Amino acid sequence: MSTAQEQAQTKAQVADGSMQVVMIGLGDEKFALDAGLVREIIDPVPATMVAGAKSFVPSVINVRGNVIPLADLRIRFGMPVTEDSADTRIVVVELNIDNEPVLVGVMADKVYEVTEISQTDVQPTPRVGMHWKPEFIRFITKWREEFVIVPSMERILN
Amino acid sequence: MSSIDPTEVFRQEAAELFETLEGALLDLCQRPDDRELVDQAFRALHTIKGSGAMFGFDKVAAFTHEFETAFELVRKGEIKPTQELIAVALAAKDYIRALIEAPESTDSIIGDAILDDLKQFVAPPGAAAAPVAEKEAPAAKPAAQAQPHAGWRLYLEFDSHILCNGCNPLDLLDDLCKLGSCFAVPVIDGIPMLEELEPEYCYLKWDVTLHSDCDKAAIDDVFMFVSDEMKLTLAPLEAQAEIPAPASGLQIELVEAEPAVEVAPVVEAAPAPVQAKEPAAKEATAASEQRRDEPKRAENIATVRVQAERLDELMDRVGELVIAQARLTQLASSGSDLSIKMIAEEIERLAASLRDTTMGARMVPIGSLFGRFRRLVHDLSRDLAKPVEFVTMGEDTELDKTMIECLADPLVHLIRNAIDHGIEDNARRAAAGKTEKGRIELTAVHSGAQVLVTVKDNGGGLNTARIRAKAEEQGLIAPGATVSDNEIHQFLFHPGFSTAQTISALSGRGVGMDVVKRTIENMRGSIDLSTRPGEGTTVTLRLPLTLAIIEGLLIRVGGGRYIIPLSAVEECVELMPEDQRSRGRNFLNVRGNLVPFLKLRELFRTKGSADQHQKTIIISTGETRVGLVADQIIGNHQTVIKSLSKLHSDVTMFSGATILGDGTAALILDVVQLVAAAQAQSEKQISEAA
Repeated sequence: MSTAQEQAQTKAQVADGSMQVVMIGLGDEKFALDAGLVREIIDPVPATMVAGAKSFVPSVINVRGNVIPLADLRIRFGMPVTEDSADTRIVVVELNIDNEPVLVGVMADKVYEVTEISQTDVQPTPRVGMHWKPEFIRFITKWREEFVIVPSMERILN
Repeated sequence: MSSIDPTEVFRQEAAELFETLEGALLDLCQRPDDRELVDQAFRALHTIKGSGAMFGFDKVAAFTHEFETAFELVRKGEIKPTQELIAVALAAKDYIRALIEAPESTDSIIGDAILDDLKQFVAPPGAAAAPVAEKEAPAAKPAAQAQPHAGWRLYLEFDSHILCNGCNPLDLLDDLCKLGSCFAVPVIDGIPMLEELEPEYCYLKWDVTLHSDCDKAAIDDVFMFVSDEMKLTLAPLEAQAEIPAPASGLQIELVEAEPAVEVAPVVEAAPAPVQAKEPAAKEATAASEQRRDEPKRAENIATVRVQAERLDELMDRVGELVIAQARLTQLASSGSDLSIKMIAEEIERLAASLRDTTMGARMVPIGSLFGRFRRLVHDLSRDLAKPVEFVTMGEDTELDKTMIECLADPLVHLIRNAIDHGIEDNARRAAAGKTEKGRIELTAVHSGAQVLVTVKDNGGGLNTARIRAKAEEQGLIAPGATVSDNEIHQFLFHPGFSTAQTISALSGRGVGMDVVKRTIENMRGSIDLSTRPGEGTTVTLRLPLTLAIIEGLLIRVGGGRYIIPLSAVEECVELMPEDQRSRGRNFLNVRGNLVPFLKLRELFRTKGSADQHQKTIIISTGETRVGLVADQIIGNHQTVIKSLSKLHSDVTMFSGATILGDGTAALILDVVQLVAAAQAQSEKQISEAA
């Protein structure tokens, strides 16, 4: 699939071996979202449920006058959905879907920080021992002695 | 203004002229003796030619010139505008349009073929040779043809107000210089005394000696745009007349020296005496200066061309303003500050009128669209040998511009169908005792917040039995099932459904009506079809006035709020306990009529318990009326439509979303799809139960 955008990102990573990411927490896992995709991080707003929508984009929210879908990656990764807490945030990312930029809100149980992850610590995505579909994961890397997942947002949401 | 591409302006102008031209030509079919129509067509042609040359569309100018030459004869009454001639003229018009729109990809062979056709009308076969040669090579002609004469003697006398129209005689003289060596002498005896001199008038006349082998037409072309406002006397120079020796540079200098003579008394010297008399006149001079920029546009002065994108952008902003204003109003009404309430009300009023004005600016009379179909009907009725009278009504009905563009395709399909399938051939019309000419009516009319566009023919009507047979054949309905005629007619809109036995160039593939249906539904409109055997078919398109903002009814279902387009709502009634005595039957008795209802809570899988007093909103989709049961009806809501994102493209029950006063998003129900979805659901339940 590798969209042009992603190719460009991969190139940028290869150039200096590191990548700017926004580190978010989902359940007990840490996910690293490419900082280039993130438009803004907002406090939770009331969401409107959309009957008949796919389970991982169950609702829409109003972000600055635009009605955008709110995605829940926890559903896609088979994690239990917990109640919103004081740490819950919505990360607004811009994705390329069918060659059109689409704004999507992503629920995060916690947003840690904007940081750099290193390409050199990339671990091969294991084929066993994982409940997640391997195509949802771009790669797994190490950050402060923890494994973090860099998800492939386009594939998760398509 | 300066950033606008002048050729683009020409293209736009030409597009309008083509409409006029086509309209006039088609009218000529009906009233071949109407002089006014001939003149109208001629004027349009002439302007296309003139401005085409001005903007460098030389091919257009050359071709139009030929076309015009032929039409000139019609204007003089030498030949009659027969159907055949008009058919060629229409083809020529299409060719010119192609030349303007895509000059590179237009093949001049087509143009030559059209010209050949034209010439057959223009010249009787015997005399054809000479005029044809003349037309074929207007540029090369002087060398080959006739006695080469030394040139022309011209006397130019312009109307005194010509400067006010933005015309500069000196430019015309310059153009004349281009034809050959030219010697112009101003005649100054018409210039009055300074105190009587009107600064905006042209008092000069010219005596021009033109040494050129150009023909008279070339000179006429120079004065094409002012020919009504001047006296031009032309006489060929005696062949023996001496051609003055001076180099052409000098002559041009001579002519260029003219401005000093003219400009000095007329423009520069004038303000002084005039100012002394009446200071206001200076403004008049300035005004005339302005008018020069827009010659002959006085009647259009109140219109401004604006790019459609800018209007769209404006509409977006107004939409956001309306949302922000709704939030402000809500906030103000919950507080107790009276002054803020007053401001909120003021802004509400302003936002509403701004919205109406902006929407009004996007409205275009539908007549511009109707005009295009006259050509379609004309061509189809000729090709199919079915004489058809085409009547349009309600051309001034206004509709959102984007909607008018979207409507073009569906209407083409409907009109084609009406002529191809609807109107019977001559023999069958005669057998049925109908007039020889078929009749197609295209009407547009406002009806509340909707516009109804109707295509009506007086043909044979739909063959319900055949549609049914075909539907059974394709497995769309079970043989022998009880289905209303109206439901059977709906199969016409099924993709790939066609009852035509053969596939013609026009129809039979079963694509058209499907396209019509989808386009109309995308515009949140609906289609009604009614037919009477032997009397004809009427197709009515119901369309919302605009795509951007609708009037909605805000309702609550559980914790969620939804908008129902008000145009679909017929009435609201309370759901009585006796209406829901069992789960097996969901219908109401509305004044003796049976109306089925859907519980939105079930459709939306709303959690929690329903309110005690449920309300039913009765909506109509085409012919069917359905009740939607909600927990609460909140009220009217100005709904700014936001489309749903691609991630929700699989959601059918909602056509979009909007933002409510408190900043939350609310979904807009797509009533047609909603009913269809509910139908599918209940069919599933029935089959599961069985």
